[in-house]
Amino acid sequence: MSQPNTSPPSQQGQQAIDMSQFFQVFFEETGEHLSAMESLLLAVDPADPGDEELNAIFRSAHSIKGGSSTFGFKDMSELTHEAETLLDRVRKRELPLTIPMVDALLEAGDVLRAQLARHKGEAGDEVDAAPVVARLNSLTREPAQAPVAVDTDTGWGLFADEAPAAPAADPGYGFFDAEPMSAPPAKPAAQPPEWGRRTTDHPDVIVAAAGRRGNDKQVVSPNGDSSSIRVGVDKVDQLINLVGELVITQAMLAQRAGRLEAEGVSELSVGMADLERNTRDLQEAVMSIRMMPMSFVFNRFPRMLRDLAAKLGKQVELKTVGDQTELDKGVIEKITDPMNHLVRNSVDHGIEMPEARLAAGKPAHGTLTLRAYHQGGNIVIEVADDGKGLDRDRILAKAVERGLPVAPDISDQEVWQLIFEPGFSTADKVTDVSGRGVGMDVVKKNILALGGSVELDSSTGHGTRVVVRLPLTLAIMDGMSVAVRGDTYIVPLASVVELLHPGSRDIKTVSGQGRVVEVRSEYLPVVSLSEVFGGHGKAIAEKDSIMVIVEVEGAKTALLVDELVGQHQVVVKSIEANYRRIQGVSGATIMGDGTVALIMDVAALVRLARH
Amino acid sequence: MGQMEDIGSRIETHQNEFLTFTLGAEEYGIDILKVKEIRGYDAVTRIANSPEYIKGVINLRGTIVPIVDMRIKFNLGNVEYNQFTVVIILNVAGRMVGMVVDSVSDVITLGPEQVKPAPEFGAALDTQYIIGLGAVEERMLILVDIEKLMTGRDMDLVDAQAA
Repeated sequence: MSQPNTSPPSQQGQQAIDMSQFFQVFFEETGEHLSAMESLLLAVDPADPGDEELNAIFRSAHSIKGGSSTFGFKDMSELTHEAETLLDRVRKRELPLTIPMVDALLEAGDVLRAQLARHKGEAGDEVDAAPVVARLNSLTREPAQAPVAVDTDTGWGLFADEAPAAPAADPGYGFFDAEPMSAPPAKPAAQPPEWGRRTTDHPDVIVAAAGRRGNDKQVVSPNGDSSSIRVGVDKVDQLINLVGELVITQAMLAQRAGRLEAEGVSELSVGMADLERNTRDLQEAVMSIRMMPMSFVFNRFPRMLRDLAAKLGKQVELKTVGDQTELDKGVIEKITDPMNHLVRNSVDHGIEMPEARLAAGKPAHGTLTLRAYHQGGNIVIEVADDGKGLDRDRILAKAVERGLPVAPDISDQEVWQLIFEPGFSTADKVTDVSGRGVGMDVVKKNILALGGSVELDSSTGHGTRVVVRLPLTLAIMDGMSVAVRGDTYIVPLASVVELLHPGSRDIKTVSGQGRVVEVRSEYLPVVSLSEVFGGHGKAIAEKDSIMVIVEVEGAKTALLVDELVGQHQVVVKSIEANYRRIQGVSGATIMGDGTVALIMDVAALVRLARH
Repeated sequence: MGQMEDIGSRIETHQNEFLTFTLGAEEYGIDILKVKEIRGYDAVTRIANSPEYIKGVINLRGTIVPIVDMRIKFNLGNVEYNQFTVVIILNVAGRMVGMVVDSVSDVITLGPEQVKPAPEFGAALDTQYIIGLGAVEERMLILVDIEKLMTGRDMDLVDAQAA
């Protein structure tokens, strides 16, 4: 990381002692300003830009410039300076906003991002800002109604003098440029709350999503909102771990108290019930800290779509619904790549060229809809386009060509599932957007690994819809504990459909190997867990066992277990942290008595039953 | 910087300290810095379809830790579990593993002159995991590179791609 030689000497002396702390804040904030600027630029209508929008874009650029020159990142402040000069003339209506301007500003944003990454110490090539600077410069000068803009520095000086629109920030800005050394005193005067509210040096997560939402949605307010604080993710995770331990201790106490038989037990049990409720509330509250709005994922797509559409010569409109739907930060991080794939696929393969769309009686521009909402303990994310839909015959032909076993009369639903097969791509040619056939199977694998599911719906000529279902959080889940030959296992409650006694129902053998049972006139494959997992305990007779009917990916399977033990909220622990992956097991949890119980990977068990 | 050097020199002085334990009639030594703690053998949760020497997993203050029984792995000693059974919790390559041995003896310091190269045979362990043989008075210690052993193919404790 380049060290700032021009670090503020005088009035900021005290703060300068701990500059590294502010570097981190600068990186964070500049990243936010860049994102804000980008989304504003994408939202603005060049034909009729609103004053507020233009001012907001200007303010973002201004903040970036202010910060970067305070910290001595000269490359960034120089580039932002050019962008800002242009923006200033636009917002004062001296120049009309044009699409080339928006393009140039977006490109400037990209270069700034790359420069920022380099200052952070991340790998990356040196970025040449000169072309963008030249472009911005010529755009600023173009209509040349005022000769002031020939030398941008002069133009800047003029601006500082006029400066009617942003009185709070501009005077400081004017100083800044002329005499960098005297600038810092003005800077804190303009934005003291932003420095003041930082309390940690790991500003990764904003507690209280309200503040963050405000930033994402619209304008980045120069005065930070005091209703949120930044806390390092590691601190939040530590809190979650501790609460997890508390839940385990509470469960252990409850179990032991339940065995007591003495005076005062009823009072104790009232207390235990309170403790349980409070622990659960506490756990939910702590988990909610990690929750982030879906807009974190959605916000990257306007830009991506714009670039993609331009590259492919298509017209695409993006609609997002449910940006504020919240889910766990860990899930957000892992869902971004699969979402990228799905969106790229939709634009590349789904949405047709404008001519083809018009010929089909559809509007020239396609619509891509991203929708997120909660359903039970899950979040559902939909990626839908109004493109040409999947081509059943092409997929079938491709499947036959690849030697996949397909019956000619299989249902559409089954045909669509084929595109999730590894290496399956029907794209005529490989483009750099997609078509290498390493897409959908990876998407599906990643989502299954998160404990989720993918469904696909398509109608020829009308579009395709991919529905991704994910658990809200990866850290906690509702589980049903079952006993199998003396060992306890957890079945994720989300996949349990019903529980049955086989009783007199016959478990029938099919062609001497697979077994099925009839439940409500449906034949379900049967998996005996005592056969899969073994165990030291005695196996019980099958007719005395219990059938747990689970549903995964739309298919039901009957799992035979010896006994139901109970239902708990379990804290999911990783086995792979210290051991290798175990077949049929997705993780482990710690039971009330301190012992470990393995969590079943129901999807893997079901696959086992089918093969 | 000063702190870094301190840690460096501490490792230097500790490098020759070994925790010794017995498996059957053989006495082994491992780098004391790899040992996290020593505890009794508690109930483990069995893992289905795993080799016999992998006894299962335990809850070590909220972390899931696998337990391997070296006596079974190397066909040594009496495989019995009672209040004297000892588990050495190791911290190797960023992972925690518990290992069951017959007994833990002591911690000894060996100078470089006390460590002799190991011959090609003689122990239940493959020589690639043996650092050397340590001589302390009448005793002979088999010094094991426990990190290499626990993360190696033989133990099968780590996913192939993760190793």
